Amino acid sequence: MSLTEERTTTAHVVGRVEDVPPGEGRTFVAGGEQVAVFRLRDGSLHATQAACPHAGGPLADGQTDVDVLVCPLHQYAYRWADGSSTSGTAPIRVFAVHEADGALVVTL
Amino acid sequence: MRVLGARPAGATALHLDDDLDPRGRLVVVGNGMAGARFVEEVLERGGGDQFRITVFGDEPHGNYNRIMLSPVLAGESSEDEIVLNPHDWYTDNGIDLRAGVRVERIDTAAKQVHAADGSVTGYDHLVLATGSYSFVPPMAGVRRDDGSLLSGVYGFRTIDETRAMLEATSRCTRAVVMGGGLLGLEAARALQGHGLQVELVHAMPWLMNAQLDAEAGAILKRSVESLGITVHLDVLATEVLGADSVEGVVLKDGRRLDCDLLVVAAGVRPHTDVAVRSGLEVQRAIVVDDQLRTDDPDVYAIGECAQHRGEVYGLVAPAWEHAKVLADVLTGTDPAADYTGSRTATKLKVAGVDVAVMGVSTPERDDDEFLVISEPKRGVHLSVVIRDDRLVGATLLGDTRKVAFLTQAFDRGAPLPEERIRLLVDLSDGAAEVGVAEMPADSQVCNCNGVSKGDICGAVGGGCGSVGEVMDRTRAGKGCGSCTSLVKQIVEWAADGELAEDPAASYYVPGVPMPKPELIRAIREHDLRSVSAVFATLAPNGKDDARSKMGLTSLLKMVWGHDHIPEKDAEFINDRVHGNIQRDGTFSVVPQMKGGVTTPAQLRRIAEVAEKYEVPMVKVTGGQRIDLLGVRKEDLPAMWSDLGMPSGYAYGKSMRTVKTCVGSDFCRFGLDDSTQLGIDLETRFQGIESPAKIKMAVVGCPRNCAEAYVKDVGVVAVGSGRWEVYVGGAAGATVRKGDLLATVDSPQAVMTLTGRFLQYYRENANWLERTYDFVPRVGLDKIKRVLLEDAEGLCADLDAGIQRAIDAYRDPWGQDAAEPATPGQFRPALPLVALPKVPVR
Ligand SMILES: Cc1cc2nc3c(=O)[nH]c(=O)nc-3n(C[C@H](O)[C@H](O)[C@H](O)COP(=O)(O)OP(=O)(O)OC[C@H]3O[C@@H](n4cnc5c(N)ncnc54)[C@H](O)[C@@H]3O)c2cc1C
Ligand code: FES
Repeated sequence: MSLTEERTTTAHVVGRVEDVPPGEGRTFVAGGEQVAVFRLRDGSLHATQAACPHAGGPLADGQTDVDVLVCPLHQYAYRWADGSSTSGTAPIRVFAVHEADGALVVTL
Repeated sequence: MRVLGARPAGATALHLDDDLDPRGRLVVVGNGMAGARFVEEVLERGGGDQFRITVFGDEPHGNYNRIMLSPVLAGESSEDEIVLNPHDWYTDNGIDLRAGVRVERIDTAAKQVHAADGSVTGYDHLVLATGSYSFVPPMAGVRRDDGSLLSGVYGFRTIDETRAMLEATSRCTRAVVMGGGLLGLEAARALQGHGLQVELVHAMPWLMNAQLDAEAGAILKRSVESLGITVHLDVLATEVLGADSVEGVVLKDGRRLDCDLLVVAAGVRPHTDVAVRSGLEVQRAIVVDDQLRTDDPDVYAIGECAQHRGEVYGLVAPAWEHAKVLADVLTGTDPAADYTGSRTATKLKVAGVDVAVMGVSTPERDDDEFLVISEPKRGVHLSVVIRDDRLVGATLLGDTRKVAFLTQAFDRGAPLPEERIRLLVDLSDGAAEVGVAEMPADSQVCNCNGVSKGDICGAVGGGCGSVGEVMDRTRAGKGCGSCTSLVKQIVEWAADGELAEDPAASYYVPGVPMPKPELIRAIREHDLRSVSAVFATLAPNGKDDARSKMGLTSLLKMVWGHDHIPEKDAEFINDRVHGNIQRDGTFSVVPQMKGGVTTPAQLRRIAEVAEKYEVPMVKVTGGQRIDLLGVRKEDLPAMWSDLGMPSGYAYGKSMRTVKTCVGSDFCRFGLDDSTQLGIDLETRFQGIESPAKIKMAVVGCPRNCAEAYVKDVGVVAVGSGRWEVYVGGAAGATVRKGDLLATVDSPQAVMTLTGRFLQYYRENANWLERTYDFVPRVGLDKIKRVLLEDAEGLCADLDAGIQRAIDAYRDPWGQDAAEPATPGQFRPALPLVALPKVPVR
């Protein structure tokens, strides 16, 4: 546990904000890791691991609302807040993401 | 045979040596709903320390919920779901269960029970809870020489009978159900759901004559017939045909009904043989006093085998009241407890026909108040009988929204509104919802699973945030479902506004709290043209909801046609990229092939494209098209361009395909040009979005080679230029033959009628409700009246509505291949991790 906690975080510019249309998600690579970045209609940004822990579904193809992301394959839902699954299955990892001068910055 | 609620093999139980046990001996005969509930009530009162309990049950199973046999027969519940107390429960509570052992007689002088296995068991207190059996009226040929029922003839009382019927449904095609009471109707509907053609024979002049008056019975008949069940009233069956197995029944008027399955639900008779043999007083049933005692001071009777103050009940609620009172008396918790009779209420557990009745159905005294609302056309008949300001009876047919309140008023004598009409209809000033707050915590809400108001409140207190969660946790409402609205009210009351949205509600989509008609009205009124606008205006706090978006997109396309404002994020991935997502995140590409007709040039092009993009699998579909599977998202636009064919819509909640047979051009049996009509239908209705997918077929003769009888819309040429139009068919997880909507005399008339039906379905079906559910729900008669006779003056609007959708059609492939709809529309979302590999052949 302590090892991961001490790992230094790095910020990665993965693309431009316009690359992600409102309400949708797109997959990017950040520091060799696949991440799905979402831009909600309220302007907020979210980033998660790209593959669904259930059966590898492409999360960036999922549907979203202010609370959750829904995987397109079997409709499992994951909360933005902490990546937990609403049905109590395995959680997804969520990453910090913000905009800087129009660039999407994901922190791993 | 599998024993329901059986103990795992090898489990044993320890018994205390009888002679050393100081406790009294309590023996129960009958392990049904009354007997087992009585034991539960005794244990709850600490009776486990007072009594050594032995239970005899003729059935080998643990105790199960008999009421739920109807949903089991309908395939809606599983056997395991209806177990109330498995064998283990008896062991755990130190009860000696003699399952599968029939009691033969009682020696009341020696106080001993003699059972069929030869055992003799002494008792201090004996409780008879032997229930009833199905009454089989005398009919020639119904029994074999040895007295058993002819093969294919069943009563409907036990799990074993239910299993046997379920098993028979796979080989039988026509059923006759004798008896038009609750049980007969439930059996008829359940069998029909298995695809059998069902006729119902009832000896009385109207259905449910024990509970309904003639007028309500007539309305019920129409509702039942609209489900496709033929009803014969006022006629007896006199003979059962068939030497080895049933082949039909003969009615008194000489008519013969063919069938390979016969269900006898013509009433029940109490099991009184043991009591008679033992010298107890038996009239219609075993006679008991207000403490459920027979004429022998140590023998009691409860449930359907008991006759109290001249009444014999056929419902579970009185049986449970008996159990309570007797447990009070025997455990000494309340030695003076008495039972003074039950006021009964029942509901019919038949999907699509709502019936709830309680108390009396007509006024009996001069000053009884009687209020009736009758709308035979809508299948609605509501009435209440009020005596001295108390509700003494109510009948709700076709509209049971007020049942929760009326049940409260009936059970507890709650005060009634001054304006009596408020008992039956909401005059929408919010003054409803009396009752829930005043209900005592221990009052039973779900009879099927024995859940009280207190249990429900406990679940809410324990963190359940929605009606659905509460139902999952407590199992309330998971039985016959008739208490769902009351459960909902209690949850809302208990949560006091803290409730999450409940997807189980009647909303069109979970995120916007409105049923479909209201939602459509609001969308028009506020001129909402995009999904985000709908959320902003109509959702609680303007909050969006991922699971509601797809349904709303479909609805907006229906309401506004070309004038809706598309939002890609409101679409499911399939609609965003116009392909069907596969388990490995790739997509399938199905080009349009109208009527299943193709050309060598088209096939050549498909072959070239498949090779160029290394398509792992090419498959001919059930819908007469060609499927290219395993296509990468980023390849989609280029593939479409290379194909140069429009989308076949194999992914959407929309009109998908029209299958055809070769019709009169080549087939020697063909009566008409089904191929051309299929092509024309697909051309006209291509890509039209709808509440769920729509599949069509046209066949050139009733041999039905393209399976038109089992499509959402199926068209069958019958010769002389005439076509039959069937709707509501299905051959997927549900198999249903479509209902004949009309026979018309030109292809043009087929097109018009199909369009009208589609639009009516689009406007009125719930999200994801297939036509095979929609048509029976609305009722074929009503659909005919609306579409053929224009009874509601809707036809012109329906025609205009479908035309609007047709005009809005754009081939999505042509459009998005030229220019992506959003940036990165076809950008890979596939992670680099290994996905489950779809095998490539
Ligand atoms: C399909 C179906 C649907 C129903 N739906 C409803 C409904 O919606 N609402 C409602 O209120 N009621 C409904 N009922 C009626 C309800 O099930 C009965 O009222 C209830 O089961 C009565 O309980 P009981 O214990 O008196 O009889 P039972 O539950 O029949 O139990 C009697 C038991 O005693 C056993 N037995 C009989 N004789 C002997 C013997 N000599 N020795 C040992 N054991 C013996 C029998 O095998 C049986 O297991 C329905 C019934 C059926 C069959
Ligand atoms: S792969 Fe995501 S829900 Fe199954």
